Amino acid sequence: MLTDITLGQYYPGNSVIHKLDPRAKIIATLLFIAAIFFADSLLSYGVLALFVAVVIGLSRLPVLMVLRSVKPLWIIIVLTLFIHAFTGEGKDVLYQYSFLRLTTEGIIMGIKMSLRLVFLLLISSILTFTTSPIVLTDGIEALLRPFKCIGVPAHELAMMMTIALRFIPTLIEETDRIIKAQTARGADFDSGSLLQRAKNMLPILVPLFISAFRRADELAIAMEARCYRGGEGRTRMHELAYKAKDFIALAIIILLIAVLAVMRWGLGL
Amino acid sequence: MQNLIEIKNLEHVYTDTDGNEVKALDGVSLDIARGEFVAVIGANGSGKSTLARHLNALLLPTAGKCIVAGMDTADDDNLWNIRQHVGMVFQNPDNQIVAAVVEEDVAFGPENIGVPPQEIRTRVDNALAAVGMTDYAKHAPHLLSGGQKQRVAIAGVLALEPDCIVLDEPTAMLDPRGRSEIVGTVKKLNREKKITVVYITHYMEEAMQADRIIAMEGGRIKMQGTPKEIFACVEELHAMGLETPLAAQAAYDLRQKGVKLPQGIIDDEELTEELCR
Repeated sequence: MLTDITLGQYYPGNSVIHKLDPRAKIIATLLFIAAIFFADSLLSYGVLALFVAVVIGLSRLPVLMVLRSVKPLWIIIVLTLFIHAFTGEGKDVLYQYSFLRLTTEGIIMGIKMSLRLVFLLLISSILTFTTSPIVLTDGIEALLRPFKCIGVPAHELAMMMTIALRFIPTLIEETDRIIKAQTARGADFDSGSLLQRAKNMLPILVPLFISAFRRADELAIAMEARCYRGGEGRTRMHELAYKAKDFIALAIIILLIAVLAVMRWGLGL
Repeated sequence: MQNLIEIKNLEHVYTDTDGNEVKALDGVSLDIARGEFVAVIGANGSGKSTLARHLNALLLPTAGKCIVAGMDTADDDNLWNIRQHVGMVFQNPDNQIVAAVVEEDVAFGPENIGVPPQEIRTRVDNALAAVGMTDYAKHAPHLLSGGQKQRVAIAGVLALEPDCIVLDEPTAMLDPRGRSEIVGTVKKLNREKKITVVYITHYMEEAMQADRIIAMEGGRIKMQGTPKEIFACVEELHAMGLETPLAAQAAYDLRQKGVKLPQGIIDDEELTEELCR
C-alpha cells in the first residue's frame, strides 16, 4: 500500500519533455502553477486541461501512472470539492441542511478548485517523472546559485534533496517491512480511536527512525570515503546548457499565461 | 614488488559508550604489495574492520604508522589524495549509494574530485563495464538485487581510479548468488586491472580466492599465509572461532578417523581427487 506513492520517482525516457533543461522545466512548472490561478471560466480550465494532456502526450509517460500521482491527495481534493459545494455563496440552492447549503455555484467553484489541485499535482509529477532527481537538484542548485551571496546554501540543499529522493523508496520499503513485522507480533493498526491508532504507530516510527539514523551515519562515511567534501571544486557529469527547445518551452508557457489572461480580462470568457 | 601499503605497529584505541577505553588494534604490522589480493578473516570484534578503515584514513592511528602509496594517513594534507588511491566498499549496499540513478551514483566520486565532465563520462562507462552493469546505467538502484547494488558500489569506487580497493564484508548481506557475483567481479578486477584488493570476509570460501590470508584475533594478526597454509591449521582456526572450508574440514575429520590424506587439501576438487586415488 505504501509503495503507491509515486511522487519523486523518475521514469526514464527519451521524450522532448525528458530532454528539456531542468532549469527550464522548473521555471515552466512554476509559471504553469501561476497560470492555474489565472484561469477562471470553465473554458479556460478546458485550455489548461488540454495543455496538461498535450504535455503528458509529449512526455510519453504511461497515462495511468501520471494520473495515479493524484491518488495520495484525493482526500484533500474531495474535501475541497465538498467544502466549496456546501459553503459557496449562491442563489441556486439545491439542498439545505442547517447552515450547509448545496448550491450550483458552489459545486462549480468546488470543481474548479479541485481541478486546480489536480493540475498542480499532475504537472509537478510530470516534472519529477521526466527529470532524474540528480538532474532536478542540479537545476534547483543552478537556479539558487545566484542567491548564494545572501547566504542560501545552494549546494547543501541540493545534496540533501538528492539523498532524500534516493532514500524515499528505501525507507518506504523498510516501513512496509516494519509494519509486517509488527503485525506478525500482534500489533493492530486498523482499529481503535484516532488517538489510539496514532499511538499504535509508535512501534513503527521508533525502529524506522533508529534505522534512518544508522543509514545516515553509514552513508556519511561512504560519501567521505568517496572524497565528498562539499560543493567547493566539484564538477558535474551532466553540465547544464540551455538549448533552443528550452526557450521554446518557456515561450509556450508564457503564451499560455497570456492566453488565459486575455480570456479572463480581455474577452471576459 | 613494491609495497602499496605499509603498516607499522598500528594501534587504535577508542572510547566505547560506557566510557571505557577499548584497544581495537594492538600492534599490527603488515605490508601489502601492489597488485596483491589479500583476504582478512577473523571473528567479530577481532579488529578487521578497524584495520580496513585505517587504509583510507577514515580512522587514524592512535600509535604506529600507516603509509599508503608513500603517504602517511596521519597527515591531514594527504587525506583526499589517499582516498583517491584507496577506495572502500562497505557491507550494506543500500547505505553507500548516493544518487537515485546508477550512472549518476558512479559519477559521484569523480565529480567530488573535480574531474572534467567528458572524462567523468568515460570513467563511468569504463567502471560500469568493468563490473558488468552497463545495461543498468539508467536504472534506479533500489530496484536492483543486492549483488547488483554492491557491484554498482564497486563501480562507484572504480570511477575514482584507485590503486587499491578495500572491501569490508561486502557479501555479508547478500544471497549466495550475489556473493559469487561479487567475488567473481573482485577477482577479475585484481587479475585484469591489477588493482590491489583487501577483502574482509567471514566466508572462508571467499577468502580461499586470495593470494594471502591474514587471520586476526583480539586486534592482532594471529596467522598469515597462503590459503593452503592457513586452512591446514584447522585447530587454530577453530580456536579463533572461525570455520574452515568444507573440503578442508572434511579432510581434517577423515584424517582424524585414520584415513591417509596429504596435508593442504582446501577445495572440493583436490579432496575428490585424493579420495578417488
